[in-house]
Amino acid sequence: MTSIAMQRRRATVSRVWAQFRSSRQGMIGLAVLLVFVAVALAAPLLADVRELNPVYARAQGNPQWGPPSVFPPLGTDYIRRSVWAQFVWGSRVSLFVGLAATVLTILIGSVVGIVAGFVGGKVDAVLMRVTEWFLVIPFLPLAIVLASVLGRNVWNIIFVIGITSWPSTARLVRAQVLTVKQRLFVDRARSLGAGGGHIVAHHILPNVSGLILANATLAVPISILTETTLSFLGLGDPTAASWGKTLEEAFVNGAMARNAWWYFLPAGLGILAVVLAFTLIGRTLEEIANPRLSRSR
Amino acid sequence: MLGSVLTLVFVLVFNFFLFRVVQTDPIGSLFRGRNVPQATIDNLRVAFGLDQPIGTQFLYYLRETAQLNFGISYQSRQPVWDEIVRAIPATLALVGISSVLSAVIGTLGGIVAAWRRNTWKDHSITSSTMVFYSMPDFWLGMILLVLFAVVLGWFPVGGITTAGSNETGLARLIDQAYHMFLPALTLTLAYLGEYTLVTRSSLLDVMGEDYLTVARAKGLRDVRVRNRHAVPNALLPVVTLTAINFGFVLSGAIAVEAVFSWPGLGKATADAIRGPDLPMLQALFLLFSAAVIVFNLIADITYSWLDPRVEEI
Repeated sequence: MTSIAMQRRRATVSRVWAQFRSSRQGMIGLAVLLVFVAVALAAPLLADVRELNPVYARAQGNPQWGPPSVFPPLGTDYIRRSVWAQFVWGSRVSLFVGLAATVLTILIGSVVGIVAGFVGGKVDAVLMRVTEWFLVIPFLPLAIVLASVLGRNVWNIIFVIGITSWPSTARLVRAQVLTVKQRLFVDRARSLGAGGGHIVAHHILPNVSGLILANATLAVPISILTETTLSFLGLGDPTAASWGKTLEEAFVNGAMARNAWWYFLPAGLGILAVVLAFTLIGRTLEEIANPRLSRSR
Repeated sequence: MLGSVLTLVFVLVFNFFLFRVVQTDPIGSLFRGRNVPQATIDNLRVAFGLDQPIGTQFLYYLRETAQLNFGISYQSRQPVWDEIVRAIPATLALVGISSVLSAVIGTLGGIVAAWRRNTWKDHSITSSTMVFYSMPDFWLGMILLVLFAVVLGWFPVGGITTAGSNETGLARLIDQAYHMFLPALTLTLAYLGEYTLVTRSSLLDVMGEDYLTVARAKGLRDVRVRNRHAVPNALLPVVTLTAINFGFVLSGAIAVEAVFSWPGLGKATADAIRGPDLPMLQALFLLFSAAVIVFNLIADITYSWLDPRVEEI
């Protein structure tokens, strides 16, 4: 890559960052997100992983259904496990599944969108037909059916979310590619002898990457909420307990009839905070990428 | 129109192959590992048409689907379609009422937020709807249930009628409405946000238009400018959103129905997952998809009728 292009790109990044920094909602979202990423990364320092094992929890003499006043900081569940340990370790699974599923979503959506928009013609028509099919099939029932068919593990959940949520990204990217394709610099590159691969890599991709990033940030909340719902319905990985899995176990084992609020409040609040953080960041990025959208005129 | 038919065909084919992929041994799953003579198994294979090539099997599947014959539920041993028909009214009532309430309240909230933009009213409406929008709907249901049913005891903890009561007529209806209150509140709060945000941004777009300045220049009062000139032109995306959301009227409340033991299609889905009750899941998925396709078509037609600039489909 030429140094001029590098310089321009660096300038763009610092301009976007300057705009982002001046947005209050964006910075709040970023701060909340960083807190949760820190919790997920520092999980081994914050809670002993053995606390998740009911045998260990019993040997420690933990109470059953102990409220936070009896077993700080967040009490214990029906098999004496620490709720705090479940919260800390669950943040890892929820964030990981949410991010990995989003990466898959964006990858499929971008590839389909770029190929459809750039190649055009029959390829475009076929790809858009398939996209439309996936848009119309109700998303959650499809995810449920696929997850119950594939079996209960983290990678299947990631696959299911990715395969069901890419179509809106594909549409958005395709529309952007179609406008970029018309620009003069693409004609110029082609007349200088550039091939399709070069044009996509050096001219199309840099010009749609901002949109893809904003879209990815807004796709994470959907991924996390879908994972939560699938886990709650009993399709989660039994060996990697996410926040959604905690909510399921609380529900199934009667935490609500016992008013054991300490069991199901933390996990839900964690989901709410992370989803809200990503939404705020995504909306800010979207407004920067497309100033016409600015919601607070 | 043609697009909708093609999509339906796609769903039918997809549904067929998806469940063939998992259910490599449907006869085996019928007996769940019990010892059965090989002759019985062979007879059943012939009876179910499993000895036929895949193309013939597909034709069988189309014929049975057209006759609404989805097989026998693994869990209840009843025909799947009968189970589904029994569960439809509860879901229609619950999700239908919640959808209407959230559309009306959400749109009104969006209008107020946009018209009074950047005031405390706008900020409180926008941020509170975003919070409801960002939480798992069933978790909101769990909190409301613990608060109002377990702790305060104002509402029943679940179900659709009081156990053991054999009231009829109006008394029964009131009892059901009483049971519906908490799940309906949950769904309404969960759906609100989308309407508020869409209405707000659509109205903000319209508010820059010249014809509003003209209306004001004529001396019309603010309320009249809003209700007669701005809002009708901003409602188009809201109408589409409403129509599309009604496609999810059957499948929209899976986890919330499970939380409140509401005996509808959502709870049937949640129960079928636990099995897994594959014939039940297959039929539910087909029904949910068909509902969405039909309502998308209605949305398209309404849209081109309300906005003549959109070409006929």
